[in-house]
This record gives sequence, C-alpha cells and structure tokens, in this order.
Amino acid sequence: MKWLDRQRCLMDFTLSCVWRRKGKNLGFLLVYTLIIFVVCSVIFFSNALRRQADAVLHDAPEMIVQKMMAGRQELMPLAHQEDIASIRGVRSVEPRVWGYYFHPATQTNYTLIGRKDFRHGDDAVEVGQGVLRTWGAVQEDKLYFRMVDGKALDLKIAATFSAATDLVSADLIMMSQATFRRLTGMPDQFATDFSVRVRNPQECTTIAEKITGIVPGARPILREEIVRTYSALFNWRSGYMIVILSAAILAFCISAWDKATGLSAEEKAEIGILKGVGWGTSDILGMKFWEGMTVSLAAFFAGVIGAYIHVFFFSAPFFEHALKGWSILYPSFRLRPEVNLFELAVLFFLTVVPYTFITIIPIWRVSVTDPDLVMRQG
Amino acid sequence: MILSPAIIALEAGAVLAAGYAAYASAMAMQIIQGWDIASGSEQQLLLEKKTYLISTIFAWLMAYQIISLFLFSYTAENLHDLFVGAMCAAGSLNVNDYGYPTLVLKAFNCLLCGIWLIVNRTDNSVADYPLIKPKYKLLIGIAVLLLIEAIFQTTYFVQMKADVITSCCGMLFSETEETVAGGLAALPSYPTKVIFYLSVLITLRVGIHHYRTGRAALVYSLSAAWLLILSIAAVISFIAPHFYELPGHHCPFCILQREYHYIGYPLYLALFTGGIAGLGVGVIDRFKGSPSLHAAGPLLQKHLCLLSMIGYMLFAVISVYPMIFSDFRLEGY
Repeated sequence: MKWLDRQRCLMDFTLSCVWRRKGKNLGFLLVYTLIIFVVCSVIFFSNALRRQADAVLHDAPEMIVQKMMAGRQELMPLAHQEDIASIRGVRSVEPRVWGYYFHPATQTNYTLIGRKDFRHGDDAVEVGQGVLRTWGAVQEDKLYFRMVDGKALDLKIAATFSAATDLVSADLIMMSQATFRRLTGMPDQFATDFSVRVRNPQECTTIAEKITGIVPGARPILREEIVRTYSALFNWRSGYMIVILSAAILAFCISAWDKATGLSAEEKAEIGILKGVGWGTSDILGMKFWEGMTVSLAAFFAGVIGAYIHVFFFSAPFFEHALKGWSILYPSFRLRPEVNLFELAVLFFLTVVPYTFITIIPIWRVSVTDPDLVMRQG
Repeated sequence: MILSPAIIALEAGAVLAAGYAAYASAMAMQIIQGWDIASGSEQQLLLEKKTYLISTIFAWLMAYQIISLFLFSYTAENLHDLFVGAMCAAGSLNVNDYGYPTLVLKAFNCLLCGIWLIVNRTDNSVADYPLIKPKYKLLIGIAVLLLIEAIFQTTYFVQMKADVITSCCGMLFSETEETVAGGLAALPSYPTKVIFYLSVLITLRVGIHHYRTGRAALVYSLSAAWLLILSIAAVISFIAPHFYELPGHHCPFCILQREYHYIGYPLYLALFTGGIAGLGVGVIDRFKGSPSLHAAGPLLQKHLCLLSMIGYMLFAVISVYPMIFSDFRLEGY
C-alpha cells in the first residue's frame, strides 16, 4: 500500500506539472495523437475489410470449377456436370451463367448473372443500387442494352437489391438464363463455370485433384484459397501503408527525443530544487515515467477514438483508395464496427513502445542532474 | 516475407529491445570492470548513476518481453489462415525451422528478465550493492540471448512464405507423433492429473512453510521450477483438452483463441508469475551469505513466495474450472 500511495502522490504531482505547461504539452500531444490516429485508422480499416471479406465468403460454395484453354478461361460444357457430381463426396454441382456488360455511355462494367429460377420473367431484371446510380438514362424503369448482334434490348427493372447487400450487389444486374444467353450469345450447352458444394470441406483438395483428372483443362478454385488471398492482400496493403508511415513515426520519435533532452531552464531548475529538497533519482525517474504515461495514454485513447469514428462512421475517406482499391462503380458500404485487443496491442507496439524506449536515456540524463549545478546555473 | 502491421510492430520492438540490451550490457561491462563501492571518485559516481539507467531499461524490457511474448503467439495465431494446413498458432509456428525456437527463446528470456529484475530489486534494497557483479554478468548473458531472439524472430518472419504447406495442431500434438509434443500429448491423463495436483499441493505446502518460518527457500524454489515444467506438460496432456471438450485435441495454442474466451492468456500469465517469483526465491537464497542482505533478503523472499503461490493457485483454479463445470470427462475416452 505504501508503494501505491507513493505512486499516487508522484502521479498527482506529475499531472499538476503537465497541466502547468499545458501549451507546450498540448502541441506535442496533438502530434502524438495524430500519429496514433493515422496508424490506428490503417489497422482498423484493413482488419474490418478482411472481416467483411470473410463474412461475404462464408456462404460461398466450397469450390468453383472453371475451364481453361491455352491459359485463358473459356466456357464450361454442361456435359461435365454429371461427371463431377459422380465424384464421391460432392454434394451438388450447379452450373453458373454470368459475365460482364460494358456500358459505353458511363464507361462502366456491370456484372450480369443469369438465374434459372429468376422470378420476374424473361423481360425483367433485378439490379443493385449502384446500377441505378450510374446507368445514366433510366427511363420508365427500363434499362436499354445492346445485344451481341447489335440489336437493342429493353428490360424492365422489376426490383432492386437492398442497400445492405451493396458490397456484393452494387454493380449487379440479375436476369433469367434465357435473357442472359440472348444478350450475350452464350450457347445453351455451356455455362461460365460450376459451383461445387462438398460434404466435408477437408476433402476439397482431393476432390479438386479428381476434377482435374476428369475434366480436361479444369481449374478448381477453393474457397479457402480465396479467403487466404484476401487475408494476404489486406495484410500486405496495411503493412506497406505502415512502412510508408514509419517515416512519420521516426520523425515523431526524434522530436520526442528532442523534447525529452532539451529541457527549459525552468524545468531544469525545478528538478534541481526537487533533488535539493530530498527527491532521489528514482523519484525523478518515477515522475518522468508518469509524465510519459499520461501523455502516451491520452494520445493513445484520443487517437483510437478518432480512428474509430473515422473508419466506422465515415468509412475512412483518407485511405479508402489505397487500401480498398478503386473503381468507377464502387459500392458504398459501412464497415461493421469491431475492435479487438490484438489490434490495439499492435498499435501500442507501433507507437507507444518506440516512444517509451526513445525517451529512456534523455529522462535518465535529466534525473541524474546534480542539484547544485542546476541551481547555480539558474 | 509477409508484411503485416503485427510483424512490423514485433520486428521494430525486437530491434529496439536488442539495441537497448546491447547498450545496457556495454555499460554493465564498465561497471563490472570499474566498480569500487569504497571509492568516491567521479568515475564511481558516474557508474552509480548508470545503474539507474540500466534498471530502467530492464524494467521496460521486462514489460516489453511479456507483451511481446503474447503478441508473438497471437500474431502466429492471426496469420494461420495464410498457410495451407494451419488451424492455429501451432501450424504457423511450424512453417519454418525458426518459429518454435523463437517462441521458446521468448519465454525463456521472459523468465530470465523477471529473475534479473528480482536480483536487481534485492541488490538495490541495501546500500552496498552486494550483488552488483553477478547481476551485471547475468545481464550480459540476457543481452546475448535477446540478440539471438531478435535474429531468430527476424529469420522466422523473413523465411515465412505463404505457399508453404504446414501441419495443423491436430498433427503436431497428436498422441501418435514421436516428438516431444506428441509424447506430452500421449501422457495418460489420470496419472498426470494426480501428479500435477499433488505437485501443486506439495508446492503450496512448502510455500506456506517458507512463508511462515523463512526456511526451505531452496526446496520451494525447486518445487516451483518442477511445477513450471510439469504445468506445461499438464496443459498439453489434459488441461487444454478439457477446455476444448475434445479428448484428441491437445494444442496449447488454441486456448488463446476467441472460441475459448482467450482463457489461455490468464492461464499462462498466472503460470509465468508463479514460475518467475518461485525461481526468484531460490536465486535470492543463493546470495543469503551477504551480510547486508541479512534483513532485506528474507523479507523479499517472503513476498515473492506469496506472489508465486498466488500465481500457481490461480493457474490450478483456472485449470480445474472446466473439470468441475463441464459434463466432459476425459477419462471416458
């Protein structure tokens, strides 16, 4: 309890000292907070994107099978559907009919999906919010397409996807398979690829191997691989952002070193007097420790709260493009707010730990100052 | 190399820690060579001032080592989805030959830093610094180990390649594997439980005896060291399977995951507290011959003994919790 009381008194004294020099400390605190805010935003944003990708892929089929020829993707013959379905362990094989439609007026690519069980008939489409926003001239709820043979095709907008699914549906135009084939000229005996459901996800690799044996030129893409790629991508992007920001962190550390070394005459005299009235070196070290902690924690919390608001309320406008990628038609979506202790620990390691280590030696220099020397100079 | 913020943070921290440890050991050499408590020379005064700097650096290094040990495990845990076959930290650490040695070094350095701080505290509690030379010799040894740890960690991260196929914890800690981990997993649960809880009781009994009488410090320290090793074996053999409620799952890392409410963190923290403080009791006992430590030494030993007992009790309570409050019976399989 004696130790606790001592620390409490030291902290009390330190806080009053910090408050006395609030102008100088506030400027430093602001820069410190800004550094933490920027690094924290990068970490929060990239991890939130990674989680979002995981959530989207959660319900995706375990495997997609494409067909390749001469290194390019080509259409998958429907005849292979039965071959793949006959492999033991495969639950279902669904041919998928999809592609892209380039709209010259807006210079935008849209995703087209043709569904077998499309409920709005052959003359209608269901579109995402992004399509409505960008298509340009949407007249009488109709979209005007140019078919593969150059003829026009008018399709009625029967429904729109809700904004909540924007991340996956913003650029999506869904229609019946027959309409899709009419629009794009895809022959009836072919599909874009197959989505394969597997009973035991652990057996995906074995089944993928078997598929490559049965279907010539087959390229199975496992869901696990996609998750892994996204994970690596966001790690890599945020890592590079931090490498770039490390110059700023370094500059900040130099300024912290400078601040801790270059004490004003008034501060030096204060330490001299404290030692003169009986404070020991360890007390001065303790005081400086609490000073560093106060500034660090204040900056840490302010930076983290700022970054939380920046990322989860405003979708990180400062780094959006660097981390997310860009496109004319990018879905506007709000990230699900979630912060874990690991992210905060990483942030702490990237900002507070270097600051603390950098200031150890200058603080020690101050604390071992001879009282008479300082007071005589004063 | 995989460039994630956590890896950058760990690398930056390791470079700083190794750099500061090297700086501190350079000063330690000066102290070992030039220390003369009887002298009032300017040189001696400067060396005395430097002891404060070294203590401060090592206090921070200890804090850093503890956080970095957990951050390292969590980073390995977090990266597992990048490797085919990995399902938790066990798989990520197995990606190359440097993962497990780095982890072991980190844990060992954590123990050594803790012991150094205890020796330092003992030394500073009396006026004539009786332990100054052994203390700084130990410090140089720790600095070398911290440097090796930084090199191992860097090599581990640099050689980490995402296209490597690794093994999951189910393989590494499988009862049929002929490795140390496999051997620990294959320990029969019932006898291991009996030996573990008996060891806890004996350690606590010796601890109470030492706390009350001040005797048998070395016995307590030895039993605390034995319990530290046994506890790690116990985690793999039966404590972890009880948390997973799966008889074949012995991984000591999955308990750090969210699914198990991060229970591994308090569990290992309690274990380290018990181990470091318990070993500290024995280390102080080695220097009991010094006349100035006559009064301060036993008092510090008492405090450490209490802290160590609290750590081990907490560890035992956490480990016994799933055995009491779950229907799962390991012996049923």
